[in-house]
Amino acid sequence: MKRLKTLTRGIIKENPVLVLILGTCPALAVSTQAENAIGMGVATTFVLLGSNIVISLLRNMIPSKVRIPCYIILIASFTVLAEMAVEAYAYTLYQSLGIFLPLIAVNCIIFARAEMFASKHRTFDSILDALGSGAGFTLALLAIATIREVFGSGSWFGISLPWLSEHNAAIFTLAPGGFIVFACFIALVNKISKGQAIKKTEFGCAGCPSAVACGKVSQKGCES
Amino acid sequence: MDFRGMIVIMMSAVLVNNYVLRKFLGVCPFLGVSKDIKSSMGMGIAIMFVMLLASVVTWPIQTYLLHANGLGFMRTVVFILVIATLVQIVEIVLKRYIPPLYDALGVYLPLMTTNCAILAVTISNVSNELTFAQSMVNAFGSGLGFFLAMVLFTSVRQQTEASQPPEPFKGMPITLISAAILSMAFFAFEGVVENLFG
Repeated sequence: MKRLKTLTRGIIKENPVLVLILGTCPALAVSTQAENAIGMGVATTFVLLGSNIVISLLRNMIPSKVRIPCYIILIASFTVLAEMAVEAYAYTLYQSLGIFLPLIAVNCIIFARAEMFASKHRTFDSILDALGSGAGFTLALLAIATIREVFGSGSWFGISLPWLSEHNAAIFTLAPGGFIVFACFIALVNKISKGQAIKKTEFGCAGCPSAVACGKVSQKGCES
Repeated sequence: MDFRGMIVIMMSAVLVNNYVLRKFLGVCPFLGVSKDIKSSMGMGIAIMFVMLLASVVTWPIQTYLLHANGLGFMRTVVFILVIATLVQIVEIVLKRYIPPLYDALGVYLPLMTTNCAILAVTISNVSNELTFAQSMVNAFGSGLGFFLAMVLFTSVRQQTEASQPPEPFKGMPITLISAAILSMAFFAFEGVVENLFG
């Protein structure tokens, strides 16, 4: 039961993008097409899974003083693996994700899960946590991308839709559209949860590896 | 040196391909540290400084060390380590020798390690095969664009803080909507670069 909770928590209750507001850069940038969103989601989940497994296995061996450099190297190594796999097997996706593929290495969701979960829990739980957070990230990206692709390009997964394909609003695929759709999603989450979605100091900013040095955490947290 | 080409790269990085508003790089610090003008300027200058420094260091590493030995695929791991080390060194040097500057930028420096804008500028320099001088201009322009967006956005945000949006839109959503409007304004610069020299 507790394990099921670990798995599902990342999908809805602590959705990394829509509730914790982490990883905003890839969420906004690659969500112009549903296909790219799935590709980015899968690549990020792979890195998350790999880093969570290795970090939880080594959690008693990594000295806490140098843990952040260790996490950085591990996460970056898995990112390189993901990058090479996507380049080899899905070249069109590799081209459309562009710079955001290597940037998985600095995705705060992965750091947050490493620091807050994998470094304190057993491997099996860490795997569930990674899958849950990864699925949450992918679904959030897919939701944003669906709205942007359907209204912006009049298609979904590249299949052109009747009527909409002739009456598309290109702004949805451009940068301002990304900000607006993302804002509406967060507002929707606020509306449904009546503003009770999260206590910011507990999650989000505090999970960031820079949190200790940042000094913003003790005040109010980065976001709020 | 191709002076016109440099100006085109510069203008394109600052206005047309603005890192935050067009390419969505470095959105976290953009939304997080834009509460008051003093901290947003500090963050902007720190980003500009680290971007330039990181490009100075990573370009030769990629060209003469990794690329020359067929290790180009290692750039993500190497760059992120170099940037992390660099930020630490800068912090120590500033603390020891230039305390006033450390007081102003010190808080923001640790955040640079995991900032996607810094890694992105170094990677785009090498993946677009820019020369060393072009990389410098690109890094400086990107940093300047970030600084400009940050300072402009802070001024907008101080106005929205005082207003009363609908309840669910309070906080982050209204901030994102303001960012969208600022991003729309930057679309006016589309075509500036192409027509710069007639």
